[in-house]
Amino acid sequence: MKLKKLAALAVAGAMLASPVMAELVFPSLSYRTGPYAANGTPVADGFADYMTLLNERDGGIGGVMTKVVECETGYSTEKGVECYESTKGLGALIYEPLSTGITYQLIPKATADDIPILTTGYGRTSAANGNVFSHVFNFPANYWTGASVAVNYLLSENGGSLEGKKIALVYHNSAYGKEPIRTLQALAEKHGFSLTLLPVDHPGQEQKSQWLQIRRERPDYVLMWGWGVMNQVAIQEAANIHFPMDHFIGIWWSGSENDVIPAGMAADGYKALTFHAVGTDFPVFADIQKYVVDAGLAAGDGSNVGTVLYNRGMYGAMLAAEAVKVAQRMNGVADITAGMMRDGLENLVISDETMEPIGFKGFAPNFTVSCQNHGGPGLGAVQQWHADSKTWEMVTDFIEPDMSVIQPLIDEDSAAYAAENNIAPQCN
Amino acid sequence: MMDQFLYGTEAAINGLMTGVMYSLVALGFVLIFKASGIFNYAQGVMALFGALTLVGIQEGQVPFAGLINAIFGTNIQKFGWELPAVAAIILTIGVMILFAWLVERLLLKHLVNQEPIILFMATIGLAYFMEGVGDLMWGSDIKTLNLGLTQGLNETIDAATYDWFGYGFYIDNLDITAAIIAIILVVALTIFSQYSTTGRALRAVADDHQAALSVGISLRFIWVVVWAIAGFIALVAGVMWGAKSGVQFSLSLITLKALPVLMLGGFTSIPGAIIGGMIIGVGEKLFEFIVSSSWFGDFFGFTMNATENWFAYVLALIFLVFRPQGLFGDKIIERV
Repeated sequence: MKLKKLAALAVAGAMLASPVMAELVFPSLSYRTGPYAANGTPVADGFADYMTLLNERDGGIGGVMTKVVECETGYSTEKGVECYESTKGLGALIYEPLSTGITYQLIPKATADDIPILTTGYGRTSAANGNVFSHVFNFPANYWTGASVAVNYLLSENGGSLEGKKIALVYHNSAYGKEPIRTLQALAEKHGFSLTLLPVDHPGQEQKSQWLQIRRERPDYVLMWGWGVMNQVAIQEAANIHFPMDHFIGIWWSGSENDVIPAGMAADGYKALTFHAVGTDFPVFADIQKYVVDAGLAAGDGSNVGTVLYNRGMYGAMLAAEAVKVAQRMNGVADITAGMMRDGLENLVISDETMEPIGFKGFAPNFTVSCQNHGGPGLGAVQQWHADSKTWEMVTDFIEPDMSVIQPLIDEDSAAYAAENNIAPQCN
Repeated sequence: MMDQFLYGTEAAINGLMTGVMYSLVALGFVLIFKASGIFNYAQGVMALFGALTLVGIQEGQVPFAGLINAIFGTNIQKFGWELPAVAAIILTIGVMILFAWLVERLLLKHLVNQEPIILFMATIGLAYFMEGVGDLMWGSDIKTLNLGLTQGLNETIDAATYDWFGYGFYIDNLDITAAIIAIILVVALTIFSQYSTTGRALRAVADDHQAALSVGISLRFIWVVVWAIAGFIALVAGVMWGAKSGVQFSLSLITLKALPVLMLGGFTSIPGAIIGGMIIGVGEKLFEFIVSSSWFGDFFGFTMNATENWFAYVLALIFLVFRPQGLFGDKIIERV
């Protein structure tokens, strides 16, 4: 009898329950555990907090609430693919995999499933060619533009010539770390500098050989494509051999507070590239504090707000949210599908007019996405670490890459991918 | 040519020093394997846990703060005090002893007389458990060790070698400290195992569990002692490696560097761990130096980089072919 009553109550409850509300689902393939947790956590927090802000401040996007579905990858490619498979059926609008390895695996899957992928500053560089990679977007910058921005910065530091200079590349010995090599070799040929390649095996805790070689060969500059513990060890080893920190430049994944703080004052002057601003001097951060952190709704304890990787996660969320708005306008519906989201990304315009109302004006460069160009302008700036105040400072404006070198490489690589996978050009 | 000889010598000396750092990790494995026949997969995580606990205690961090805040809606992070390094080290050693006792009570006690593979699997579980507990207790952010360990170029050696050879050798002060600590550890462990009652009991257990039990030695007590010492060594290894990179979860991966050392030096020899580490260290650094040099490239038409990880294992495997028990390991005798 009791059981019958309970069953009746359950049915009545289900009938009285409010109808299912539409939600904009954003899977977050995060890594809060494992060897890269220290970097994965602030990125995931930034992403989640911005989506919370949209719900709390604006009532969602176009009146539809956002929902972040987090799935822990531990930075493992296999787990990343599992996360994709387990969340794509939840109405996923877009994936930002936070890993080049996972991105490579998801490109064919997501394309077949008509779900777009956004890889801001990582992933497959030649995906910038939207003609071939219909569902992959890697704006506003990629590894090849990063390499070119670094060289252009060094050119500006050396009166426009790098002739006879020696540049060493210390890189993570993986697909990610090897990405800039081709570009740097082409640029070395063009500008007459010599390039020494120094791979570091995963995880990068032991780099004595590489830094002894740098001490012997005394390159003028060292560039770094590192991640995780490799960054901290490299910066410490550079300090140990008294390599001038202002001649040591990391890619944007080697330029967070996590990378420099362990070396203490020795890291002072270290430089890194970035494709967005540092710090909290933008109106959106006041909103994050008011609507998310102070309201007790932050994904973390709020201590990461304004750090490089938190800002990057937030920026990724903002780009996705702006693409949703474009898709909603294009289709005249608020509850969009992943296919509409793809179209939204392809017609995204980031300008002062879009950035100012949402508190991001000046946070990152303006750009326009098109069917052909999924990579944006590739602008990057240089930031420098001040160890005494524990802050990054932007020391340049956003610098343009040398597309005359990069575009042929993008075209060549994407053409090879298209031929291998029988992909017809998608743009007219 | 003289230049290359000097560079090679520098690489070899640095290899010796790096090898000592590997040995610090390998020592913990040896102790536990020697006393209980368990290959402790969790040794690397113990190094991470020890270092995390040391920084947490020193900085007055509230353990499980994230969990407490999530459950009770509070915002507590720190106790508000900072401990001197010595006090923090003593308290951390206490935590590692407590950890050893818990491992014995909750894990090993229930697995007496099980196959070695079962015990090995249990330590895999222990590793994952400890990694999770470490994350919950102290958080996953990178922590900076503040023990006053000096790092970087040793100016005295640099100046002296420059005067002698016209080229200053780079030796890291941290590596020198690690070498001194390793020597002290080996001497202390040798004295402990040779001259103390507990040490002799430990050796008896290592030789024959059943015989040791029959003369009244408490196997469970010895296991607690061994795991506590291994915990202390893990703490030392965690501190030395953490001083370079900050204390972070990738510290647990230092076990990858200890495995070839164990294969080469033997799983049951304390001096073997040290000498094995040095051979691996020198071997991998010299090999990397040779195959990445321009004269190697001129001669063979190619160069190689990032060889250290795989070369250490290749070197260990070569030794294994001739001495399966490692250089100093106990000879394997199977009675049929």
